[in-house]
Parts: sequence; C-alpha cells; structure tokens
Amino acid sequence: MGLAVNLELKHTVLCIRLDGELDHHTADMLRSQVEEYLRKHTVNHIVLNLEGLSFMDSSGLGVILGRYKQIKSQNGEMVVCAISPAVKRLFEMSGLFKIIKLEEDEELALQALGVA
Amino acid sequence: MRNEMKIQFSALSQNESFARVTVAAFIAQIDPTVDELTEIKTVVSEAVTNAIIHGYENKATGMVYIEAAIEEDTIHLTIRDEGLGIRDLDQARQPLYTSKPELERSGMGFTIMENFMDSVEVISEPSYGTTIHLTKYLTKNKAMCN
Repeated sequence: MGLAVNLELKHTVLCIRLDGELDHHTADMLRSQVEEYLRKHTVNHIVLNLEGLSFMDSSGLGVILGRYKQIKSQNGEMVVCAISPAVKRLFEMSGLFKIIKLEEDEELALQALGVA
Repeated sequence: MRNEMKIQFSALSQNESFARVTVAAFIAQIDPTVDELTEIKTVVSEAVTNAIIHGYENKATGMVYIEAAIEEDTIHLTIRDEGLGIRDLDQARQPLYTSKPELERSGMGFTIMENFMDSVEVISEPSYGTTIHLTKYLTKNKAMCN
C-alpha cells in the first residue's frame, strides 16, 4: 500500500490530505509534490490532514518537519488535524507539538488560521 | 514452543512496507493488540529504513535480513545489514540526532525502537554492518505477572 496525496488551495492555505502509509519510500514523493506546489502557488499556511493515514514512522516526522521549516521561513504556520492515536504518539515523542498546532478536523484547522 | 521465520530482500525503499507487513502477519498468530501490532510494524520500518539509508546508502545491491521468533508471548526480532556500520553508536541513539540532516531525517528511529520495544541491542562494526536485536513482551504476559 502506498500513499495518495491530495493538495487543495483554500484561499492561501494549502490543505495536504494524506491517504495510506507515510514511510521513507513515500516521504520522498510527498516532499517533491509539496515543494513543487509551493513553487507554483502563493501559499501562506499549511493544513496537514492525516485522517486517511494508516501508518507513519520517523521518516514521516522528518518530511513533516521539513515542510514546517519551509512554511515557517516564509512566516507561515502549519496546523495538523485528524490525527490517529498512533501518529499522535510519534508527534509527542519527537516534540513536534511544541511547534505545530493540532486541531480536531480540517474545518477547525482552517478556522485556527483565520480562513474558514 | 519456539516458532521462527526468516526473510531477506533487496535494500530498496519499496520493500519497507513489505517487511513490516510480513513481520506483522507472522506476529499476528500470538494475538497482539492493535497497538502492539502498530508498534512492531513501526520498529521494523525504522530498522529497515536505517539499513537502506545508512547501512547501504541507498545502494540496492545490498540485502536486508530479518529473523523473527515468537515464544509464548515474547517476540524476538533481528534486523541485519552488511553495510557501512555505525561509527558512534551512542551518538546514533541520541534522540533527534541524524547523520543525514540533508535528507530530512528526523533522528527519531532509535528513540522509537527504544520506546516501542522492551529491549534494543545494537551491534555494529564499521564496514561489516549492523545487527539490531529487539525483544517485546506482549501485554497479556505482563498482566499475568501482576
């Protein structure tokens, strides 16, 4: 099982929706897709919707942290939503919640960024 | 009764998923919880990814070897490569340390293995490769000890 990446721009917020498994193999693909999107569009913030994510490991943490740094360097924010207990544990272990906000769902994530 | 299996496969990133799913299917016969199964899949993914990225530096000619054994409610896993080896093990095991920050590695692989397993033993020798022994006791066993 691989990873399906859905990208949608809502105002200037890029919603990244992941469906499947995020590991080293699929992380490279996610990174290049998002980087290409950011090059072609004006994006102020990122919402990462993990509702359909069935598996993630530390390679996922790496690619998420990489995109956080990218949007942060443009003074943007990243909000993560719809996260499973297993993925939440990895975020907690790595301290990612200290820099990335967590919301229940995409609607609330967009509200937190002031665009819903 | 001890029940064992062995697999070996090319050090290709598309085999990370194959490795964790195969080990999970083997482990499933002793009825782990969903959380335990996720933990096992995650540590297999971490160790195999390390072998591919660090051991073999993405050279697909390398092979990754996994041995799994179940004995009562205990799971033993050995994940081995014949790659470059780890020069400084203490440093490699530090949370958030990575030798390859340019590849956006989080440096959390060993920390995750230590959190999800009951014991983690790493044997590594430069140019001979790395072997990781992992042990996990399933919770039904722990409950019986109380």
